[in-house]
Amino acid sequence: MKRKSKPVNDVILQTAAIIIFFIIVIFSIDLFFAGHYSPGGGFIGGLMTSSALVLLLLAFDSQTLKTVLPIDYRLMTATGLLIALGTSLHSIFWGRPFLTHAYDKFHLPLLGEQTLHTAIAFDLGVYLVVIGVTMTIIQTIGESE
Amino acid sequence: MINLPIFPIVIPALAAIIMMFMPKRVVIQRAMALGALVLTLIVSLFLVHTVSIDGIQTLNLGDWMAPFGITLVSDMLSALLVTTSTLLTLFVVWFAVHYFFESYEGNYLYVAMLFLLVGVNGAFTTGDIFNLFVFFEVFLMSSYVLIVLGGRGVQLRESIKYLLVNIIASALFVMSVALLYSVTGTLNLADLAMKIPLIENQNVITAIGVMFIIVFGMKGALVPLHYWLPGAYVVAPTPILAMFGALLTKVGVYSIFRTYTLLFDGNGTFLQTFLMVLAVLTIFIGMTGAIAYNDVKLIIIYNIMIAVGVILYGISVNTQTSLEGSLYYLIHDMLIKAVLFMLVGMMIGITKSGLLRDMGGLITRFPMLGWTFFVAALSLAGIPPLSGFFGKLLIVSGGMDEGELFAPILVLLSSLFVLFSVMKIFMYGFWGEAKREYDGPLAPFAKRLVIPVFLLLAVSVAYGFGAEWIHPYITQAIEPLVSPEIYIDAVLKE
Amino acid sequence: MEVFISIIIGVLTMCAVYLVLSRSLLRIIIGTALFSHAAHLLVLTTAGLKTGDAPVLVHGVTDYTDPLPQALVLTAIVISFGVTAFFLVLAYRTYQELNTDNMEEMKGTETYD
Repeated sequence: MKRKSKPVNDVILQTAAIIIFFIIVIFSIDLFFAGHYSPGGGFIGGLMTSSALVLLLLAFDSQTLKTVLPIDYRLMTATGLLIALGTSLHSIFWGRPFLTHAYDKFHLPLLGEQTLHTAIAFDLGVYLVVIGVTMTIIQTIGESE
Repeated sequence: MINLPIFPIVIPALAAIIMMFMPKRVVIQRAMALGALVLTLIVSLFLVHTVSIDGIQTLNLGDWMAPFGITLVSDMLSALLVTTSTLLTLFVVWFAVHYFFESYEGNYLYVAMLFLLVGVNGAFTTGDIFNLFVFFEVFLMSSYVLIVLGGRGVQLRESIKYLLVNIIASALFVMSVALLYSVTGTLNLADLAMKIPLIENQNVITAIGVMFIIVFGMKGALVPLHYWLPGAYVVAPTPILAMFGALLTKVGVYSIFRTYTLLFDGNGTFLQTFLMVLAVLTIFIGMTGAIAYNDVKLIIIYNIMIAVGVILYGISVNTQTSLEGSLYYLIHDMLIKAVLFMLVGMMIGITKSGLLRDMGGLITRFPMLGWTFFVAALSLAGIPPLSGFFGKLLIVSGGMDEGELFAPILVLLSSLFVLFSVMKIFMYGFWGEAKREYDGPLAPFAKRLVIPVFLLLAVSVAYGFGAEWIHPYITQAIEPLVSPEIYIDAVLKE
Repeated sequence: MEVFISIIIGVLTMCAVYLVLSRSLLRIIIGTALFSHAAHLLVLTTAGLKTGDAPVLVHGVTDYTDPLPQALVLTAIVISFGVTAFFLVLAYRTYQELNTDNMEEMKGTETYD
């Protein structure tokens, strides 16, 4: 919409954005998984992913982003909340206090000895909620222009 | 069932999250919201029963030991308030089902209402002061959504002020928590109650206490901090106003109740005098507003302030009798304010005007509405044996026992002003001749709308008539506040 | 270090108060954000600042930074992030609806329209 009224040449931004988008997303996923023992986690990872999405939004426009990534961010928020609450709730069925997490060491193919922790599912919920909320807000402002 | 205290928080949350997946399926949303609330009500009644038999229930989230992890504490005070707020949310949602149009309900209305309840129940249940802040934010966020729903110009304009006040209050809350943590090194209420008396420089605690009273007073509309209340509440649609008026200010009052009795009552008389002066001023300004306005919503809104003042006066006296009175009056006021707000909302919906001079003669066409309002008005003013009476009686006698005279008389006088202000609505609104044909949007639905209001009023009347039967519960709720050792032992057991 | 940060908190609060008292809605929002920042810094500072110590990562550490304020501050930051974002959307909608971002013009006492 904007580009019709004011044609600008943003080839550099657009080309760079496509590459940088993936770099940011990969870094955010790394941050997300790092979160359990080191700095990082669902909130920061989610914010970084949404910043990547905002970069796409800036370089192109909201219509393009919608065709490329047809995601309903409100549903994403709901899914995230459901995952987070579900992981907290599971301990109730085992007669343990709410929010108690379970973890164990597993031997995974290729990755070797790894600990798996239900907290990662909780964090995944947070990750989705953060992306969902941020993008919903940005779209609410952006779309009405 | 060690997880019992969490259920009144989790059930509405789970229902709200599932409802987020289908914002436009209004019928399913209504059914789910009502179902979840009924379930929550049953669970919270069971919680009251359990607490009355087994004493204070605590839950250490994630199995982290008490002073270090997040603790939920359901003593009788919080269990009773959780039950009351769930009950009235149930009736308000029932009212809202008939009140709103489908297009309005499709905007995450019930989701926000349930999340509001999550926050309120959480704030009542939580056992540490930082989570009090978190749950405050949960219900504030929902209240922001509820207050802007509809998006009329006036609504948005007032929402900005509401938001601004609350953001600043929240920042102050964080600051107070930070200061408290720096002095004591803990945020668990029970642990704080144990450590605060050991601190040498009690003046620091007094300063922090004042900050907390400012923070909670902003939510509870204490006098110098009440300026946002009338404007923000008057623009909200009726069911939402009923929830706000009945729940939000009361959470602020509850927080003062809890923190003042548990943490800040041991250090001199300054805080007590401070709270007492604010309470008296609040009653005074509330009285002035209640008799001054001609707008029915504003009259009831100023009545909130009178109630807050009366309850806080009882807290500031801080004896077993006066605290029992405060709690009794708090629960009464939550029920009756919801009833009254729904009733005046119906009056406005029928007459298409909020001003008393445009009303009149409503009782000939809507007798049920009129008599419901009459009983609710008497109950609010505290005519025995309706529910408003016993709370005030206990507060006044508690104050008298401490040798006070001025404030108890003001409390009694406030009843007179309350009676005057609501009878003004009754006389000008329901008596006399109808000024014109009332064709407001709610007129055809009045019969259906009045049912939940009537039932909630019936609960409130039963609460008054059953005062003798409820009294043991109230006494049990106040015991841990008067002697905090009970609370501390329950939380930090072993 | 604590003194230095305390001064920064003071300056932040001062700017926040100045901005909140101005007429433009956008400045008010920035003011609230600064005020929240000041509160968050206060949480970190009052718990005592230590330079060079790590949080608890392994068993048997005796010298460590208090991890609780960091957890508190993260929660508070998340909340203020959400609220500020909501406030921005609300301000934008209000601007569209009322065609002004001047608080002077938003006084108003009429309650129904």
